[in-house]
Amino acid sequence: MRNIFLFIGRYRTLFTFLILQVVALWFLFNYNRFHRSKFLGVANEMTGRINTQYNKVEDYFTLREENRRVHRLNDSLLNLLPRNFMRRDTSLQMIQDSVLYDTSGNYRRYISRPATVVYNTINAQKNYIQINRGANQGIKDNMAVVSSDGSAVGVVVNVSSNFSQVMSLLHVQNSVSASLKKTGDFGTAEWDGVDPRYLTLKRIPKTVDVKKGDTVLTSPVSFNFPPGYMVGTVTDIKLDNTTGLYILKIRTAANFYNLQQVHVIENIDRAEQVKLFDETKKKIEQVKKNTR
Amino acid sequence: MSDFLRNIVRLAAFILIQVYVLNKIPHLHRFITPYIYYLFILWLPFSIPRLWLLLIGFLTGLILDYFMMTPGLHAAACLLVAYIRPFIISLLTPKDASEFTYREPSAKAMQWTPYTFYVFILTLLHHGYMVFLEWLDFGSFLDFLIKVVATTGISMLLILTAELLFPRKLKFRTNTA
Repeated sequence: MRNIFLFIGRYRTLFTFLILQVVALWFLFNYNRFHRSKFLGVANEMTGRINTQYNKVEDYFTLREENRRVHRLNDSLLNLLPRNFMRRDTSLQMIQDSVLYDTSGNYRRYISRPATVVYNTINAQKNYIQINRGANQGIKDNMAVVSSDGSAVGVVVNVSSNFSQVMSLLHVQNSVSASLKKTGDFGTAEWDGVDPRYLTLKRIPKTVDVKKGDTVLTSPVSFNFPPGYMVGTVTDIKLDNTTGLYILKIRTAANFYNLQQVHVIENIDRAEQVKLFDETKKKIEQVKKNTR
Repeated sequence: MSDFLRNIVRLAAFILIQVYVLNKIPHLHRFITPYIYYLFILWLPFSIPRLWLLLIGFLTGLILDYFMMTPGLHAAACLLVAYIRPFIISLLTPKDASEFTYREPSAKAMQWTPYTFYVFILTLLHHGYMVFLEWLDFGSFLDFLIKVVATTGISMLLILTAELLFPRKLKFRTNTA
């Protein structure tokens, strides 16, 4: 007996090695049966915690790609919104329009495309945004641009083959038709060229009940913007006594400081609408001339 | 810094580098997986008792295993390295461990050629055994051979680079220690 202990004592390193080796191999070959439930549960707590910390850092490197993915998804969802569609009264219509109808008789009026901002200023009087999509990718003048959170950003004013120039809301010549969400009254949103965080909403009559914090949306009577995209919130109310109209200060909903991903929204019927508008003008003027 | 604290920090650093750098970077080829974490075992002091060496080796491998979800694989390989290490040291430097002028194995303590040989043998053992265990599951024998050679090559390159880039501040053994 004593000799056995002596023997073990003499070779205790070798025995430890063999025992641990067997343990390791047992771990390895019983991985599926035993480990998932018992050991890995505890170990996962530890490694999981460290992995989480690591991921927090690693995520920053993939943010741009992730952002783009989310943006693309947003765009596809934006195209499904009911406000892109409109019911056309077909009771007297004889010829089918080439624009696709859906089964319930709604036809598509707006279509949206994702784009990325490649250049943007906010400090000038006339601020333009450049986006990485142009005529080759289906962009035309006068398309509306909204930011990734669905707030109005501007209107496309110039298009090259692969880029387009967008007149930002922060442009002194810009005027966008906007309406109060609560009452539906519409006026025009303009920029005074001073503070890039604030726009001015004009031509709201003083009979309208306006309060600070009211939401201002793009109006349903614009050729460019689809209705219902957020322009901003009212922060200051002034009454112009000579005209009886409000001058409302609006905090912009879009953050122009860090625009990255935007949607370009096309009004499919715009050409037709504008043509009708111009022809009407011409017609009335002619009537005026004739009656004179 | 005491030896104990220094080695704890080293272990953490090696495991983190192995898990979050070497296993994350896109590999050159599916056969070439860079490994460096077992350098921790090679760098342990000469004076460490052999039983402790075995336990530390086993635990080092096990920690890495739990990060990589392969319980036992690296533990077995590390254990082998830890077991063989004293033999190689005594083989290469025919002195008693207590007669070393430095505390840890390094190029300075053992001269470049024996040190490189020491690292090479243990690297080959580590990868050979580990890839062998992997190979039991799947793969052809040629795969096994290529993988051992390629992985050993890239690991040697990494270790020698690390050795040149980060010279350790080596302490002399003193009588007071």
